[in-house]
Amino acid sequence: MIHRLKQMLIKEFLQILRDPRMRMVILGMPVIQLVIMAFALTTDVTDIRTALLDMDKTPASRELISDFTAGGYFQITHVALSQKEIKDLLDHAVVRAVIVIPFGFEKTMAKGLTAPVQILTDGTDSNTTAIVQGYASGIVTAYSNRKFQEHMEGQGMKKMAQPMDTVPIAWFNANQESKYYFVPSLIAVMLFIFSLLLTSIGIVKEKEIGTIEQVMVTPIKKIEFILGKTLPYMVTGYISMTIMLFVAFIVFNIHVKGNIGLLYLLSGLYLMGNMGIALMISASATTQQQAMLTSFLILMPCVMLSGFMFPIKNMPDLVQYATGINPMRWYLEILRGIVMKGVGLRVLWPAVVAQAALAVVFISLAWARFTKTLS
Amino acid sequence: MKRQRLLAVAKKEFLHVSRDWRSLFLSLAIPVILIMIFGYALTLDLRKVPTVVWDQSRTRESRELLSLFDGSPYFSMVGYHDNYEDLQLTLDRGHAMVAMVIPSDFSQKINSQKEVTLQIIGDGSDANTSRLAMGYATAVGRIYSSTLTAKRMQLAGKPHLNPPVKMVSRSWYNPDLRSQNVIIPGIIAIVMAVIAAMLTSVTIAKEWETGTMEQLISTPLQGPELIFGKVIPYFVIGMIDVTIAVVMGKWLFHVPIVGNAGLLFAMAAIFLTGALFWGMTLSIVLKSQVLANQIAIVSGYLPTLILSGFVFAIENMPVPIQCITYIVPARYFIAILRGIYLKGIGLEILWLDALLLTFYAGIMILLAHRKFKFKLEPS
Repeated sequence: MIHRLKQMLIKEFLQILRDPRMRMVILGMPVIQLVIMAFALTTDVTDIRTALLDMDKTPASRELISDFTAGGYFQITHVALSQKEIKDLLDHAVVRAVIVIPFGFEKTMAKGLTAPVQILTDGTDSNTTAIVQGYASGIVTAYSNRKFQEHMEGQGMKKMAQPMDTVPIAWFNANQESKYYFVPSLIAVMLFIFSLLLTSIGIVKEKEIGTIEQVMVTPIKKIEFILGKTLPYMVTGYISMTIMLFVAFIVFNIHVKGNIGLLYLLSGLYLMGNMGIALMISASATTQQQAMLTSFLILMPCVMLSGFMFPIKNMPDLVQYATGINPMRWYLEILRGIVMKGVGLRVLWPAVVAQAALAVVFISLAWARFTKTLS
Repeated sequence: MKRQRLLAVAKKEFLHVSRDWRSLFLSLAIPVILIMIFGYALTLDLRKVPTVVWDQSRTRESRELLSLFDGSPYFSMVGYHDNYEDLQLTLDRGHAMVAMVIPSDFSQKINSQKEVTLQIIGDGSDANTSRLAMGYATAVGRIYSSTLTAKRMQLAGKPHLNPPVKMVSRSWYNPDLRSQNVIIPGIIAIVMAVIAAMLTSVTIAKEWETGTMEQLISTPLQGPELIFGKVIPYFVIGMIDVTIAVVMGKWLFHVPIVGNAGLLFAMAAIFLTGALFWGMTLSIVLKSQVLANQIAIVSGYLPTLILSGFVFAIENMPVPIQCITYIVPARYFIAILRGIYLKGIGLEILWLDALLLTFYAGIMILLAHRKFKFKLEPS
């Protein structure tokens, strides 16, 4: 058995790595994508292009404007003179926010009344809009509080202490930089795409061009065939993961906080589960086009519902339960846990159990389906 | 190019597609499933952030503060602990995203009118969510603070003072900040970019791999006839996909189309043509279904998802990455889709995006045409 398996593996490795373009796709592509996507996946919002419509033009309004520009979040790129101009600026998407200070801003405050300041945002980008409104509200509140104190002092009242101060701290990632969050996730996505597609298409290709019949007449057993077809992709999966972790360290200065041996061990479970899915797909597909469409049909929801870009906690309850059968969801938990939080099995055991169970289920299902096709 | 031969190829390809019912079914089912997932399950809004508390004070004042947090739509208390280890473990396990620590002298300081500090700990491993959550926490804290100030002033018999400034925020084009209004137009671009490139990426390579290309070469058929003839069925499938997406968006998720629907379909046709011919080019150049498909997915799926401005605003990206986004056609298409869907603007503003999209489609047709060698190669 060992001998036959060895022969099969040699053949497979030759077939995969013979083509220099394939080598590039397997080893180079994930890295290039990782770097570009990690830089692109930023939710840090700064230098928001902002238009200003200051109808008051008083010292008070100018003070508020300088508060806005001082924080580094807002950058006033346009000074509008009319409402019409504001509409044009937002329609053309040249600014993302508009600050409108109405007539009589200073006077209203001086009378002891509340003066409104209007912040208009471009709602076509709802994620950024929420963050922009948050920043603006912080700046306006701080300004309002300061004016309030000045006003009280002006009336000869004693200065009052602010009752409560909220101090936010972010654990695990003190600067809340998104790349620390997205780089490990991207590694999981890349591994998923590559292991699933390449394996399933690789097997179906033999079916489509007819060489599978030649394999069937050889003394190769089912287990040898399956191992021979999947082990090479496990190996290339590990290689590309190692390269990606290395790049994450060199380019993004992200190092694995936890036990790296454990990470490799648990990544094996993930890859094995993916192999199981790929085998199931290839057992039922007859053409490469079918195999890749089916792979894609499975891949898309798994990526979307893994917590990669959209937090699972925000999904409807039913969908949250459904994510339990998504191998990527558990792997992301493991990957983030080990890489960023530096935690071990004590914390991660539920994810590990789920991951292992899924791998067993997928592989047994694939095993059962394969019997039918080969007989 | 002769019309008769072109139509013959198109008919042959139509037969191929319709005979392979599984592929046909998948190419129509994938958009439906994607839209369902995006429409129902995915939201960028943050609600009910699971929060754990260590209330060291355990007084009426601290409970008042906590009920203010719990009563807001943003936070939901999931547990109470009395040490840092348990707080950390809950965050480690991901059971909570935010931890709050109320100091033991909370009510003492409040009652003696000294400033107290409320500590909010966020799970920074999810930077986006934690930043939003902390913003909300600070806002709720401020509300508590200002209510207290007003109460104190009243007690001290001072005249009621209004807060000097109030912020009124309005988000244009999407006043309720519904995620679906932003996501559904984007998903149309994703579905089309991926499905189109995936479908055509195999066509030519398959003929080479199975050896039927040689038979085609020996017929009077000409290169361009083959390419265009093969694209036609997939163009039809792609346009059906767009229609499905638009209809589902309108009637299932109530995403309004403020602008011109005709323009929407015209732009979709141009984008689709570009994507189809990109898949074609890959198929022609690589002559291998696995390779062509792999590159079609890698160049179609992730860039369209991430580099197009769909979820992540392009302006927030570093400048070199922003430059890369200019070669991602979905970038223009998404700008057009949002313009038509939400802003209700037309070509008078979107002309540049439309022009670049057309330019891209033209280049792709030319590329496929130039790269295709419709003759036997000496082996």
